[in-house]
Amino acid sequence: MALFEREVKFRLAFMEKKAPRWAGPAGILIVLALWQLLCMTGWVSELYLPAPTSILATGWEMTTSGEIAINLKASLFRIGWGFAVGSLVGVLIGLATGFSRLLEAVGNPLIYSLYPVPKIALLPLIILWLGIGEVSKISIISLGVFFPVVINTYSGVKNVDPLLLKVAVSYRTSQLNIIRKVILPAALPVIFAGLKLAAGTSLLLLVAAEMIAAKEGIGAMVLHYGDLMLTTKLMVGVLVLALLGLLFNRVLEWVERRLIPWKSH
Amino acid sequence: MRIVIDQVGKQYAGPDGSPVTALENISLTIEEEEFVVLVGPSGCGKSTLLNMVGGLLAPSSGRIVVEGLTEDRDPSVGMVFQEVGLFPWRTVVGNIGFGLEESKLSPAERQERIQRHIELVGLTGFENSFPHQLSGGMRQRAGIARTLAVQPDLLLMDEPFSALDAQTRTLMQEELLRIWEHHRLSTLYVTHNIQEAVYLADRVVVLSRRPGRVSSVLTIELPRRGRDGAQHLGRFNQYCEHIWGLIRKDAEEALREV
Repeated sequence: MALFEREVKFRLAFMEKKAPRWAGPAGILIVLALWQLLCMTGWVSELYLPAPTSILATGWEMTTSGEIAINLKASLFRIGWGFAVGSLVGVLIGLATGFSRLLEAVGNPLIYSLYPVPKIALLPLIILWLGIGEVSKISIISLGVFFPVVINTYSGVKNVDPLLLKVAVSYRTSQLNIIRKVILPAALPVIFAGLKLAAGTSLLLLVAAEMIAAKEGIGAMVLHYGDLMLTTKLMVGVLVLALLGLLFNRVLEWVERRLIPWKSH
Repeated sequence: MRIVIDQVGKQYAGPDGSPVTALENISLTIEEEEFVVLVGPSGCGKSTLLNMVGGLLAPSSGRIVVEGLTEDRDPSVGMVFQEVGLFPWRTVVGNIGFGLEESKLSPAERQERIQRHIELVGLTGFENSFPHQLSGGMRQRAGIARTLAVQPDLLLMDEPFSALDAQTRTLMQEELLRIWEHHRLSTLYVTHNIQEAVYLADRVVVLSRRPGRVSSVLTIELPRRGRDGAQHLGRFNQYCEHIWGLIRKDAEEALREV
């Protein structure tokens, strides 16, 4: 009688199959090519949808003339300060409400009732209070950044492994040092999730603030060319904003890897 | 240094709000340089008692006193936990140094102390590893080094080896005795493993459950080292069987509950 043998197959191979590196860029290129094709056939007017090539060409002109640099500088200044102030205050208040039962009882109802208010609705009020200058723009961005950061920091503190607190207490560590050496690092991964959420919000509020009252800035630039029906230049502004968002995310991920080396990424 | 546990009791609020007695009228003294092991079935409150001695839980009644302190200050209690509790964001050196940061040692002295304890527990070469890069046995070595580095007055260990595999556990028990000889601290050690208790203890304290009470205290009259050798095998097993006889009924009950 004939006997057979069969090698055992690895049945989970499909789970471990890697996507090729070029898959991501290829997807973008295909969409761009279709877009370009659509414009070249002339079915869609350049006014409504400029071709990718003309956006790039115009973008290059605006970069060499220094127009992008001036506007980008103004925007980076606002978003930089807004993000820094909002996240710093958010982390500090989140640590405080997470650590102290009293501050938790006082702060949480306030935070959770203000959180759902769309921050753009507060912009006219903030301009009324702080004037039309840089301070009101930075403030609205800080406000938008503050909420996701404070809420994530709070929940990060609340979810610190109690065992690590027991360990710290058994070495007679002071309360301030427990916050600094145990609670803050333990909450750091969750805080960073909040910072990444806040990055998106900050970009949104930056553009909104610049559209209402600003001479310089990417948001003002987009609005300006929209009013003039210069769609290609408007699209350059949109492109800059997309790249800015991407850059923001990459920077945060880089900082996160540096600050949280104990997590296996 | 002695630890005197004087008529200590602990009540919890049960799920329906009525009080549940976890421990009742526990009186026990751990003498200078004595290694006392608490054994009992699960749910007998042995970890509760240990946490109260360590100041991580408040007793509902009675008191716990540390006698024979050389200075007028709170005793420094060294605790080793089952899950070790290494800070994931600190390396081995950082973890062992954690408790020393609260002391007034100079950086050089601190470094020296850390290095000495890394050598004592056999972690040389892993100074800069993060906990997730270490095996279970190595993590607990780091935990023990962290506790001993602060030179505590007392040593409390809460099932330190029960998360380890059986072979690593046997080796770590031998290691613990070797390390313990260096400091000879008054020690309270909690385990549910009877062989481990007989292997390590000067005295074994057996707790019963519901409510937790001291049901028996046995002095183990065997030399400290090499108790598992052939010449002591008969005595060793007698102790184990005796303790198992005391615990068995309680353990069976515990098994039937949730």
